[in-house]
Amino acid sequence: MEPLERYRPIVDDFEAFLAACERPLGNAVRVNTIKASVDRATTVLEEEGVGYEGAHWNPRVLRLETDSPGSTWSSFHGFTHGQEEVSAVPATVLEPEPGERVWDCCAAPGGKATQLAALMDDRGTVVANDSNLGRISALRFNAERLGATSLAVTNDDARNYSLERFDFDEFDRALVDAPCSCEGTIRKNPDALDGWSEGYLDEVSGIQKGIIRRAVQATGEGGTIVYSTCTFAPEENEAVVQHVLEREDCRIVDFDLSLEHSPGLTEWDGEEYDERLERAARIYPHQNDTGGFFVAKLEVTA
Amino acid sequence: MGDDTADGASEGDLEQNDGQRFGRLPTTAAERTVEGRASREEVVDYFADRFAIPPETFDDYTFWEKGAGKIWIYGGDAPSPITIEAIGMTCLRTRQEHWKPTTDFVQRFGREAGECVIELEAEEARAFAAGEDQDLERWDGDWGYLIAAHRIAGALEPIGVGLYVHGELRSMVPKGRQREL
Repeated sequence: MEPLERYRPIVDDFEAFLAACERPLGNAVRVNTIKASVDRATTVLEEEGVGYEGAHWNPRVLRLETDSPGSTWSSFHGFTHGQEEVSAVPATVLEPEPGERVWDCCAAPGGKATQLAALMDDRGTVVANDSNLGRISALRFNAERLGATSLAVTNDDARNYSLERFDFDEFDRALVDAPCSCEGTIRKNPDALDGWSEGYLDEVSGIQKGIIRRAVQATGEGGTIVYSTCTFAPEENEAVVQHVLEREDCRIVDFDLSLEHSPGLTEWDGEEYDERLERAARIYPHQNDTGGFFVAKLEVTA
Repeated sequence: MGDDTADGASEGDLEQNDGQRFGRLPTTAAERTVEGRASREEVVDYFADRFAIPPETFDDYTFWEKGAGKIWIYGGDAPSPITIEAIGMTCLRTRQEHWKPTTDFVQRFGREAGECVIELEAEEARAFAAGEDQDLERWDGDWGYLIAAHRIAGALEPIGVGLYVHGELRSMVPKGRQREL
């Protein structure tokens, strides 16, 4: 927990934050509306005797009272997919519409890409890319289990991603759920902080900046970008958004989120950021009894 | 909806299938440019003839081949041919005597089926999902690939593909999808 000490100045009720980070996380699933309505999925769970509680902010997210959420008919049929509650946030903030072309830059293992497909009623094109070939098989497995027919899976570095392989030259929306130091997954992975170093923050933030820039470039004017990470480090969050604001044609926009959260930072460690970064959301584990997350929404302006 | 190449080719001058990329199925056999490739019409007819899935179910989808006979169903935009990791989901194995639908395809589209659907009781359904073969004498329909389904939350739900021969239903659920429920 020691690396988290650096967030004492920015987290309200820091002791509650630390205590939450030490508690294990429960099992959450997302209802996959490509294959079943929320009503049908929950009826199947009830028949199986699996208790659940719906998330107040999203009727498609359920907290399950079972230790083996993968061994249910509901999961076997692909009606539900194990997905941490906060990780269901960025796709809902992106708000893709049926028929659109959407890019998920760092898509494996596919929870968010298939959620995008579901939000689009599985109509349109979701380009699910990941640079890690080993993780592509998990992405493909999940896409098939969940019945997502609108996914095109590619294996490339998002930083210099080429659209030449497709017959369109820009996306309507892009989700940049960037590789990160994963501090916010500490409740799921107790060793998440083991390799933590400021050097790693420098390294990974360089990758994040490259990906978000390419996402803005590859998205048409008026299009939407969502940038998200499962980490608290401002170097990987606000500083990355600040970087793209200064270099590409885009601006920060508001979004509604009925999960409790804190505003994005406008300064950290002597650096000042665009004041509109307050419109980003920092979700801390003690606020909703979830993992940690950062989400910012951008509009492409040219 | 074209095939790999824009120009049709005459018999005897068909391209060999390139298993490394996705090629969209030709609309009909007459428009085929790749040797041995099934047509969209043949695929849709197969699902209609075997399982009574209405052809219009697939109006908004394209079908693609990658590898030898592995057919994918896709709802998005893409040019043909295209070299990527996956396009939609696998749905059917062709280039063999008896075409075989995939487990994930019948879970996604099998609710539309009206024939060759075998309804399993609770214990049978569990055994099927675990990958077990079982004796099922009561089936008096066609032999071959069937959609195994069970009644759950008040409606029939496809579980996967079974191969029915000699009074036995063999589960075709792939190892990675098998579960002890």
